[in-house]
Amino acid sequence: MSVLVGTETRLLVQGITGREGEFHARQMLAYGTRVVAGVTPGRGGVSAVDGSVPVFDTCEEAVRETGANTSVIYVPAPAAPDAIVEAVGAGIGTVFCITEGIPALDMLKVVPVVEASGARLIGPNCPGATSPGRAKVGIIPGNIHHEGRVGLVSRSGTLTYEVVQAMTDAGIGQSTCVGIGGDPIIGSTFVDILSLFAADPQTEAVVLIGEIGGEAEETAAGWAAENLREKPVVAFIAGRTAPEGKRMGHAGAIISGGRGTAASKVAALQAAGIRVANSPTEIPQLLEEAGVRPS
Amino acid sequence: MKLHEAEAKDLLRSAGLPVPDWSVASTPAEVRDAAARYLAAGAERVVIKAQVLVGGRGKAGGVKLAGTEDEAEQVGEAILAMTIKGLPVRRVLIAPAADIAAEYYLGAVLDRSSRRVLLMGSGEGGVEIEEVARERPGAIVRVHAHPHLGLLDYQARQLVLRMGVGREHLRTAASIAVGVYRALVSNDADLVEVNPLALVRTAGDGSGALSLQCLDAKVTIDDSALFRHPDLEALRDPDEEDPADREAREQGISFIRLDGSIGCMVNGAGLAMTTMDLVKRAGGEPANFLDIGGGARADKVSAAMRLILADPKVRAILVNIFGGITRGDEVARGLVEARSEQTRDVPMVVRIVGTNAEEAGDILRAAAFETATSLDEAAQKAVAAASRGGAAG
Repeated sequence: MSVLVGTETRLLVQGITGREGEFHARQMLAYGTRVVAGVTPGRGGVSAVDGSVPVFDTCEEAVRETGANTSVIYVPAPAAPDAIVEAVGAGIGTVFCITEGIPALDMLKVVPVVEASGARLIGPNCPGATSPGRAKVGIIPGNIHHEGRVGLVSRSGTLTYEVVQAMTDAGIGQSTCVGIGGDPIIGSTFVDILSLFAADPQTEAVVLIGEIGGEAEETAAGWAAENLREKPVVAFIAGRTAPEGKRMGHAGAIISGGRGTAASKVAALQAAGIRVANSPTEIPQLLEEAGVRPS
Repeated sequence: MKLHEAEAKDLLRSAGLPVPDWSVASTPAEVRDAAARYLAAGAERVVIKAQVLVGGRGKAGGVKLAGTEDEAEQVGEAILAMTIKGLPVRRVLIAPAADIAAEYYLGAVLDRSSRRVLLMGSGEGGVEIEEVARERPGAIVRVHAHPHLGLLDYQARQLVLRMGVGREHLRTAASIAVGVYRALVSNDADLVEVNPLALVRTAGDGSGALSLQCLDAKVTIDDSALFRHPDLEALRDPDEEDPADREAREQGISFIRLDGSIGCMVNGAGLAMTTMDLVKRAGGEPANFLDIGGGARADKVSAAMRLILADPKVRAILVNIFGGITRGDEVARGLVEARSEQTRDVPMVVRIVGTNAEEAGDILRAAAFETATSLDEAAQKAVAAASRGGAAG
């Protein structure tokens, strides 16, 4: 088993005829992901990625014709909220939104719609998810992974790749790696993904990569202390040197009014019995100390 | 993007909120003229406030009262000569000083954990809300707006009654709360703050009539939403934007200048923060946060290098690229090109891993760059290089 994406994934790519959409559809296919459909309004009837993926005008049609159950969104920010709601309305169960720069108030309206439909949204402004050896959805490079039993959840992109590479180099494989996104308003939180890992028999331990801003790491620490006792968690928090009041690249990475500091997050995680690494390169070692063996 | 008080007040007025008149001046003579108008209209005193985009203006001496035109001119001259938290005061706001009977706090903010707009109110206005939150958290009342229906009237009434606003002002106060919420939504703000919302005695008529007025305003706009608010984008203050910040914004680079000596060039925000943290851990201080973004082409690498080198404090540069979509060899070529244009010789440590890292390594070795394999090693080498440079210089 793995979570969110796997062999059962039938993927619809929204924005497949765009530069990003086409490039990543090709990468996902090469990794072995079943990319069954693409949607670009007005381009229905053509095929994308060298004729291998049928393109539809609407998500509704794509789902009806191909049985797609998961979608990934590569459309520009002004059109992305619409794309999310369209996918959910067509019956897609899991939506990954890669798009960066969506206005926060749009997401504030979209998230309750997704929740009411029972679907799951990952992102926006996220790199997607990979279940090594099964499927990848999003933009995470496929070659850094190694199949195994550690789940990873992160607010970041390249920092996630860095940690995955360090784990793979140490022979520690991953069950699923999920980037939940760097925006202030996101569809799935750390706790949402931790609860998936808690229920996943393949996942024996979890790596959590957080950063300054908000209090999602503190909430996750409290949740893990109560609900994730059998699976060790190792964490890393980026932004110990970040100044207050400055947005550090990600829309959500900002310390304001003394809240959202790395120190507060590290303290909450440690209080919950979670090992916190000082550098990404320490993570494999901390996993081994927690009883995880190379796979 | 933070707005100046005068711009924030404009937005509140457009949302139908009661804001007393104000003027903006950039010379002592203009301050005098504005003060003369308000004094002639019956104000006993005027307040003169520095227009800088930082908190704590009052404590820094940037807010003063004046009772005559002469005094206003002097005070204006003094404030216009000030620098507050590194920002020179270029303009001041002048308004009739209010005769305040009571002060409240009223704010709307994007609340991340509840994923709602959160309205906050307090009977303790006029001081920083963070201070109230720390010392007397019970003095702040909160209500979440509905994501689709907005802030409902009954919620607004509940909020202002719990703030301690008297029943005689209930309707007005509730409509102000709804107005604050609407100002946030219609401008895509992530913060709208009225502090103080004051109960003011009507000037000079002796009737003792009281009315609610928004005496100060703070508004921050969600940068991601500026594409649909060209009017607000146009307010971006070129005086307060560092030329480096402007170049970074135009190149699509996230750049924040810090106080240290090690320049950092990284792809990805989380990795860029981590690189800074590891520089600190290795005993150095980062000179900047810099996320070059995805698919870093040679011209972008050159621009990033210019931004870093424009800071005279920089004694070494650490380049950390995790190639995913970004190709390592492309960045390496960009670095070689950027170094050939470089005006100042600063040691550089380069770590490129991931996609096409081997080709990148060949290019870097041929050009005699100092390279590193792990992140920790790269940070240590950069710190060592900076201190060597310091000894030589």
